[in-house]
Amino acid sequence: MQKVSSQPSPVIHEPKASLAWIGQLFLVAVALLALYLVVSNLIKNPILFTQFVVSGLQLGFVYAMIALGYTMVYGIVKLINFAHGDVFMVGAFVSFYAVSRFNLHKWPETAFPGISEGLAVVIGSITVMLLSMIVCVMMAVTIERVAYKPLRDAPRIAALITAIGVSFFLEFFGALNFVFSPRFIPYDRPFEVVAWYIKDGIHRITEGQAPPDNSVTFSNIFIIIVLASILVQFFLQFLVRSTKIGIAMRATSFDKPAARLMGIEVDRVISFTFAVGAAFAGLGGVLYAIAYSSIYTQLGILPGLKAFVAAVLGGIGSIPGAFVGALIMGQAEALTMGYISTPMRDAVAFTILIIVLLVRPTGIFGEPEKEKA
Amino acid sequence: MEIGFLLISIIKIVAIIAYLYGLFWAMGHSSKWVKIGGVVLGFAIIQAALSVPIGGSTILNNFDSGLLFQACTMAMVALGLNLIYGFNGQFSLGQWGFYGIGAYTAADITFRWVNGDASGLFVVGIGVILGGIVIWLVGGFLRKYRRVPVLSSFTLYLVGSIIAGAVALFIGKSIAQGLVGMLGTAASPGPLNSPIAMQIVFFLAIVFAGIFAAEISFLFGLPVLSLGSDYFGIATLGFTIVVNVLMVNSDTILPFPEMKGGRGMIGIPKLTTWFWAFLFLLAVIVIMRNIIRSSHGRAILSVREDETAARAMGIDIASTKLFAFVLGSLFAGLGGAVYAHYIGFLSPGTFTFLVGFNPMIIVVFGGLGSMTGTVAASFGWIFFLEGLLRVLLSQMGTEAPTWRFVLYPIALLLLMLLRPQGLLGNIEWGFLKVALVKRTELAQEASETAASG
Repeated sequence: MQKVSSQPSPVIHEPKASLAWIGQLFLVAVALLALYLVVSNLIKNPILFTQFVVSGLQLGFVYAMIALGYTMVYGIVKLINFAHGDVFMVGAFVSFYAVSRFNLHKWPETAFPGISEGLAVVIGSITVMLLSMIVCVMMAVTIERVAYKPLRDAPRIAALITAIGVSFFLEFFGALNFVFSPRFIPYDRPFEVVAWYIKDGIHRITEGQAPPDNSVTFSNIFIIIVLASILVQFFLQFLVRSTKIGIAMRATSFDKPAARLMGIEVDRVISFTFAVGAAFAGLGGVLYAIAYSSIYTQLGILPGLKAFVAAVLGGIGSIPGAFVGALIMGQAEALTMGYISTPMRDAVAFTILIIVLLVRPTGIFGEPEKEKA
Repeated sequence: MEIGFLLISIIKIVAIIAYLYGLFWAMGHSSKWVKIGGVVLGFAIIQAALSVPIGGSTILNNFDSGLLFQACTMAMVALGLNLIYGFNGQFSLGQWGFYGIGAYTAADITFRWVNGDASGLFVVGIGVILGGIVIWLVGGFLRKYRRVPVLSSFTLYLVGSIIAGAVALFIGKSIAQGLVGMLGTAASPGPLNSPIAMQIVFFLAIVFAGIFAAEISFLFGLPVLSLGSDYFGIATLGFTIVVNVLMVNSDTILPFPEMKGGRGMIGIPKLTTWFWAFLFLLAVIVIMRNIIRSSHGRAILSVREDETAARAMGIDIASTKLFAFVLGSLFAGLGGAVYAHYIGFLSPGTFTFLVGFNPMIIVVFGGLGSMTGTVAASFGWIFFLEGLLRVLLSQMGTEAPTWRFVLYPIALLLLMLLRPQGLLGNIEWGFLKVALVKRTELAQEASETAASG
């Protein structure tokens, strides 16, 4: 609706907006305040600041993996897939059961006794991640078939309520005692954590030793999350740009009826999109659980919402946009936790959402929607 | 035996719905005396059932009266949400946040009052009055300009409200200083702590809390309502989450040590009686029904149906949406205030956004844009769930509440797939029937055009 009014009519010249400077002044004031907070803290203690940035990067790269699913699904069916955050949670739980109950990460050592230890850990962890991804894909495709497909022509809000219902169902069904139980569960990592600190070069932190003051620490989990997230980005870019299904996805997102006329099986493409998003959400869930080592059934709600905000910030429907948006979100959250107060981390996410939608509704990378003739 | 509880609760639901039908029928009667008599009788029946003992116990015991008050507050919240979502088409998940704001504000006012501190009442009272004046003045100023960006008007309203709040804080505290002796302490109440004075303060607390929630919703809704349907839903969900975070940290981030943060606020005077619950529910129903029958109501409905067509008819889309949103939040705030003084204890766990989906589910069950459906569904929901909880408790033990949350979404999914217009559809009873254009007029007009053409 707003699109219609913002398009200048060819005949009548619309009057210029008045008093716009007040809003701009407000934005500048907010931006200056944020900049002041960041810069003053950077100057006060650059090393602590860098530590917050590192933890923000870790958070941001996890959000990036979740945000991909939101941005692709929204780009194609214009649905905020609320259940995406819960798919993420299921991914974490599947890996928990695989590691703690079935020792799946140890299978290379059992199968090939002579294998080197490093290789065995790598293969075992990758198996766990793949298993989580597969389970998540199956679940997402089922959800799509059962809950969303019958409502494809219904009003968007009906689909959104259904998505919320699915999300609730996953959370509370998971909280039953015979499923996952409602408690916080300590998560056993499939590999050892190795941490390093940076002070006059990179040093390894040995077991039981505290890192020295004024040093930035990071762990192998951080490296794995960053690598996995970047790999996923490149893979998706390749998938969407260069494969046949990727072209079909872009065509479906651009114009569904026309894509159908061109012989694209739209339903299959939509299912595929849900599957790809769920696979990366599952991977993100495993990495999130490894990084923060505590899981429970409502784990997915807030990361899911924040990843959605990140997708909006970057421009919904755009894959690099989701990546950049997620990194910004991670930084905003980590710096808020560090310098303002921990509980306000959620408030910052939604404030960003509102400001972005007011100032630039298409996000950083989004292109303005074309008017349909 | 357990199934017996479920049966009893179903009987209660049938009785309540019959009661509501009778009440609405009487209120919709053309004779003034039937109207007044119906309302008085409607009040008296439940009051008698609550207080007159028959054979040692009243018909409605403590448990039932608790459910009744809960259902009344839930009906207020759900009616407000139905105005926002059902009638105006704005998918809001922020209703529970405004409910919480109303509950905490009213509870803080009366809590401070019984503990010898009048500042709560005066600060909030003066604050909402000054805030209203500021909003009116700024609105008048902005009307002189055309095409003011949302961000600019929001900035002006925000700055104005902050100034109003600071002034109210100053004046209210100085008035409260002078009244310290009059109130006395909790141990030795002063003259202003008499039962009658308490009832007046309670009434003011509810009204102020409702208006406070409405003014917050005005400030929040102004920028957020322009976002568009599903973004608006996410932003309002964020509002509920942030309000809950602030509640958990009310003694650390916010300067309210008496709210005790996540431990929950205790010692709120239990002032809610059937009289107040009935009065406020009735007020909400009457106000909402009259607004829907007015030209504002037709504007609200037309925005839901087709924004472009409504704009072409000269309806201001933004202010119509804001009007419905603010009014709905006012109802939520009133409901929260009544609830706080019934339960006597507020904990942030009551106001998490997961619980906040209840009113949304009630509105969807009762039918979008059906007031009768919403009221009936609120009562039915509360009573049925309690019956179900008793059955489940004996079967499942402590897992029962979780099972409840497993069954909600399944019911919601089935409803969305099979009957998206709600269980009761668009049925309205007696008083609530909305006759937009009388059929006879319409027929006359049609025959006239036929004659002339």
